[in-house]
Amino acid sequence: MIEVENIHKSFGDAHILKGITTTFDTGKTNLIIGQSGSGKTVFLKCLLGLFTPTEGAIKYDGQNFSELSSQDQRALKEDMGMVFQGSALFDGLTVAGNVMFPLEMFTKLAKSEMEDRVNIVLNRVNLVDAHHKFPSEISGGMQKRVAIARAIVMNPQYLFCDEPNSGLDPRTAIVIDNLIKEITEEYNITTVINTHDMNSVMEIGEKILFLKDGLKEWEGTKNEIFKTDNKAVTDFVYSSELFKKVRQMYIEERN
Amino acid sequence: MKYLADIGGYAIMVFDLFKKPTKWRIMKNLILKEIDELIFGSLGIIVFISFFIGAVVSIQTAMNLTSDLIPKNLIGFATRQSIILEFAPTFCSVIMAGKVGSFITSSIGTMRVTEQIDALEVMGVNALNYLVFPKIVAMMLYPFIISVAMYVGIFGGWFAGVFGGFITSADFVEGVTMDFIPFHVTYSFIKTFVFAFLLATIPSYHGFYMKGGALEVGKASTTSFVWTSVVIIITNYVLTQLLLT
Repeated sequence: MIEVENIHKSFGDAHILKGITTTFDTGKTNLIIGQSGSGKTVFLKCLLGLFTPTEGAIKYDGQNFSELSSQDQRALKEDMGMVFQGSALFDGLTVAGNVMFPLEMFTKLAKSEMEDRVNIVLNRVNLVDAHHKFPSEISGGMQKRVAIARAIVMNPQYLFCDEPNSGLDPRTAIVIDNLIKEITEEYNITTVINTHDMNSVMEIGEKILFLKDGLKEWEGTKNEIFKTDNKAVTDFVYSSELFKKVRQMYIEERN
Repeated sequence: MKYLADIGGYAIMVFDLFKKPTKWRIMKNLILKEIDELIFGSLGIIVFISFFIGAVVSIQTAMNLTSDLIPKNLIGFATRQSIILEFAPTFCSVIMAGKVGSFITSSIGTMRVTEQIDALEVMGVNALNYLVFPKIVAMMLYPFIISVAMYVGIFGGWFAGVFGGFITSADFVEGVTMDFIPFHVTYSFIKTFVFAFLLATIPSYHGFYMKGGALEVGKASTTSFVWTSVVIIITNYVLTQLLLT
């Protein structure tokens, strides 16, 4: 579980996060949503330890990140997996090389053990024939799957995803969403996903945090988000014609 | 003010890149890869340029020797001195600032833009050590390139002088060996080691700390070339003052 207590983050005079308090539960897919510029990415980077919050605390299963020694912080980071928006695969390494990278860096496993582990996670994300291909030789959806495989190869306790289905076709996006949800449940990890895709919200949003102007505007579940009267949330959720129609149908059905 | 911040940032980067070293088993492969790209990948252009610059120095010297009282072997002497003292270490380093420097800046900058550096940092890897340290180690073989540049430059001078009909081979060789001061080679290699460090670190700084997208990667490469060249030229002056006077 990740507990966030009154997080603030400023860059010079720009006050990006203005005091966010929330919790992200273990074994659930926790979504952070909000419009562009709402502070989602900065918030996620604070959770990852890439940015140090100006104020407030982030506790990972009770451990306050800022109070840990640099050695303990490093150990905690080894428990984190991250799927970047653009996959962030290393161009010079093959698919297998990318997935093996954290194992080579942080474990003393024999080469054969590493290869076994790589095979297991690549099979888990349904990538069996791409071991020797380079990132530039595979599709965007496959790159995302490699990024997920790399993120889970160390059996992390926390998985962070920054817009994991951006740039993907709707069908592949659903496959990626479901894969993340399945892995979250299977490995019982705390997953935090930064997205503005309402399809993801509908598919996998077990807990949703809505940010607006660096503040927590609303939080709830995927069922609650379609019933809320919060104007900022409804403006965001029903900004597309499709969702407007769905809501209209829901209201008509209710009446 | 920005320049001061950059100097401070560069110093912090140099300090940080030695922290939390990457496992030797991985670092070894990274170093070999960088040696291949930065050192062997630069040999062709250095050989090509050295040969022709040596040839031009030889011809220019010959064309300016209008008095019969000046011995012809001065052509070989002037070629050797120009090549060993300045052309090979300094001029080649400015060329390398364009060739190797822009490669380093753009490759690290692209990693920054595509979040690959963030990925390393999230994993708890010291990205500076992983990316920049192998380049510094690889560039410590830079004197090898400069040695080649010295040999090829002088050979180019001999070739142009002899086959251009300006000097006999014996006179050229006599000039090359005349009044040879071994410390000049030492001076040249001291400069080369310093330039190698600058060539690896200044472009890395510009790539690692760049912000923006593809356009900014291009701008960072240009800025990196300009600053690496400027620092090399200034350092050349300082080292010459310190070592030769």
